[in-house]
Amino acid sequence: MLKTFPKGGVHPAEGKYSANSAIEVLPLPKQVSIPIAQHIGAPSKPLVAKGDKVKVGDKIAESTGFVSANIHSSVSGTVVKVDNILDSTGYKRPCVIIGVEGDEWNESIDRSTGLKKEISLTDKEIINKINESGIVGLGGATFPSHVKLSIPDDKKIDVLIINGVECEPYLTSDHRLMIEKAEEMLVGIQILMKALGVNLALIGIENNKPDAIEHIKKLVKDYPGIEVHALKVQYPQGGEKQLIKALINREVPSGGLPLDVGAVVHNVGTAFAVYEAVQKNKPLFERVVTLTGKSVKKPSNFMVRIGTPTSDLIEAAGGLPEDTGKVINGGPMMGKALNSLDVPIVKGASGILIMPVELSQRKKEVNCIRCAKCVSVCAQGLEPYLLNRLAQLEKNDKLETDGVMDCIECGSCAYICPAGLPLLDYIRLGKSRVSQIIRSRKQ
Amino acid sequence: MNKLFISPSPHVYEDTTVKRLMFDVVIALLPALLFSVYFFGMGAIIVTLTAVVSCLAFEWLIQKYILKEEPSITDGSALVTGILLAFNIPTNLPIWIIIIGSLVAIGIGKMSFGGLGNNPFNPALVGRVFMLISFPVQMTSWPVPTGFNNSYTDAVTGATPLAVMKEGIGAGESVSAIMDKIPSHMELFYGYMGGSMGEIAAAALLLGLGWMLFRKVIKIHIPLSIFVTIAVFTGILWLVNPESNADPLFHLLTGGVMLGAIFMATDYVTSPMSVKGMWIFGIGIGIITVAIRVFGAYPEGISFAILIMNAFVPLINMYIKPKRFGEEVKNG
Repeated sequence: MLKTFPKGGVHPAEGKYSANSAIEVLPLPKQVSIPIAQHIGAPSKPLVAKGDKVKVGDKIAESTGFVSANIHSSVSGTVVKVDNILDSTGYKRPCVIIGVEGDEWNESIDRSTGLKKEISLTDKEIINKINESGIVGLGGATFPSHVKLSIPDDKKIDVLIINGVECEPYLTSDHRLMIEKAEEMLVGIQILMKALGVNLALIGIENNKPDAIEHIKKLVKDYPGIEVHALKVQYPQGGEKQLIKALINREVPSGGLPLDVGAVVHNVGTAFAVYEAVQKNKPLFERVVTLTGKSVKKPSNFMVRIGTPTSDLIEAAGGLPEDTGKVINGGPMMGKALNSLDVPIVKGASGILIMPVELSQRKKEVNCIRCAKCVSVCAQGLEPYLLNRLAQLEKNDKLETDGVMDCIECGSCAYICPAGLPLLDYIRLGKSRVSQIIRSRKQ
Repeated sequence: MNKLFISPSPHVYEDTTVKRLMFDVVIALLPALLFSVYFFGMGAIIVTLTAVVSCLAFEWLIQKYILKEEPSITDGSALVTGILLAFNIPTNLPIWIIIIGSLVAIGIGKMSFGGLGNNPFNPALVGRVFMLISFPVQMTSWPVPTGFNNSYTDAVTGATPLAVMKEGIGAGESVSAIMDKIPSHMELFYGYMGGSMGEIAAAALLLGLGWMLFRKVIKIHIPLSIFVTIAVFTGILWLVNPESNADPLFHLLTGGVMLGAIFMATDYVTSPMSVKGMWIFGIGIGIITVAIRVFGAYPEGISFAILIMNAFVPLINMYIKPKRFGEEVKNG
């Protein structure tokens, strides 16, 4: 029996067209737009101004708090301006726009390709280095990684969980990384283990990536304390709470964090970025991004500099298909639909998905027939039909007691609903209202 | 470039629609329909057509002229109600009674509450019970299943096995003596007995259950909990006194238990949302059914049992919640 979370979940068509496309380095763009708010927490403060020369890896914006992250230039060239431009949220946000000139890297970055196994830094130094390098959760949540490694004194961590699940359909960036950069990733995991002071790390991978599971299983023999576990293909297996439950059978309490059950979760992409930062002194300025879709000519995985316009990736994968209806930043279950192709690639962008017109529209809405499918697929044990109705009626007290804040917004309810109801739209609305109320209560 | 569609996630949907679910139910009802035509002949066809056509017509008329909304009869729900209504009545029932029953089922049972998804009671059962109380004679003269040549207008009628059993026990006869007067368990399984049109053939109804489970239309919990409760309850009575109580298998195979448990109690709209709630609902139906059969005035009670439990569904939904993730944490 494969491990999995106990209740709910769906299994959408996987569509992993780009699973066998090796990671290609995307040609340098002409210009990059690097948003100063690419992470959860306070936006960073720009350190550069129009006309400044920067090199690859130079810090261009500084973290402004504990929960915040540094931003580094992904190219060498001249700062054109610091201006508000449209990003993947659909809002205009401040970005540092840099005209690309050559590819000159900051001298402190070790550009050798050999694997560096021995870890010389101490735990404190590792966390500082990760903070300095602007590393955030690369699975998509973009939570600053150093915060997750700074464990409060009253908590005890005994296991590191590495998320290689990639349960979003279509996306393959983590899959390719686990095949092509497995050793670097494993050293990255060892670094994270050292930073946390734990002796056990569990890598969870969905069973639709047997090549990655086999490959890493062979390699982990040389890395004591690291185990690989195949997981059932069931969305949202990669949800933090679901993954912890599946791997170590501990349930993160409602409103709690993985810390509360002695676990810390990091994504495989983050582990790789940690390796590069700690062993090669290379800050986070590029990442693997999947460019895929049913009609895409050449579904690909690219190594992309942060700030590259989405359109560059689309061109490199054979151009925008004729029948394009929707372009999604992220996977089909949780990604954001883009309203412009100039939107820059950010740290949290694991993929760009191009949907043909016929798959871009929602189902026709009819009455709720109370089939209870939403209840049975909810991995959080909530009642989406009820939360939907309560949010429509603005019953905020009831929404809170019925657990709206536990919703992880995985979208399984709206996916399964035979009546085509936009359940998650209303639940999100309810969530934002309730969280406002909770905040005002604390003040 | 084309305009890009913008919407919040998720961006993919399962292809199941309400319509597909309804037509899967219709497919699941087909085996029982064929058995009924085989046993009751033309009557089965006339009754089904009348009920289906009048249910569709009433829904369309009410939506179009009273509610003034876009008619949605193509969603298949009125079709299901029509077939189920036909399944719940004898095959020699006069057409005018069926039309009245359809009007009550659709008009009062469904549309007066706001249409699909809003009705608290199963519409087909509302129609059936209305007819049973208003036209008790016509509703309880059951044609004998003589085969396809069975006439619609003057079919030979007889009592159902349940009625024979009830009357016999009431008159002080022993169960083993009564059993000689009614078909064997095997015949009951294939449907060779008098009764409402679609309730007779347990075999065909179980086939339908298999189809609905295979297509993930329903979950097993409600039918299973009803079967188990009826078997346990009647089993205890039977073990205590086998000469004045029929055996559990007899109770499961006769009357409307199969039809009710598989197709009427599982109606989405009028059954609970959580698995725990489904068990409570099914157990309640089982207990009330047996109570009416054994201690009540009517030989059969599953229609009333389902309607009574339908009334408890909002209460069940309010108090019986699924277990929330991280609610009560037991980590060790």
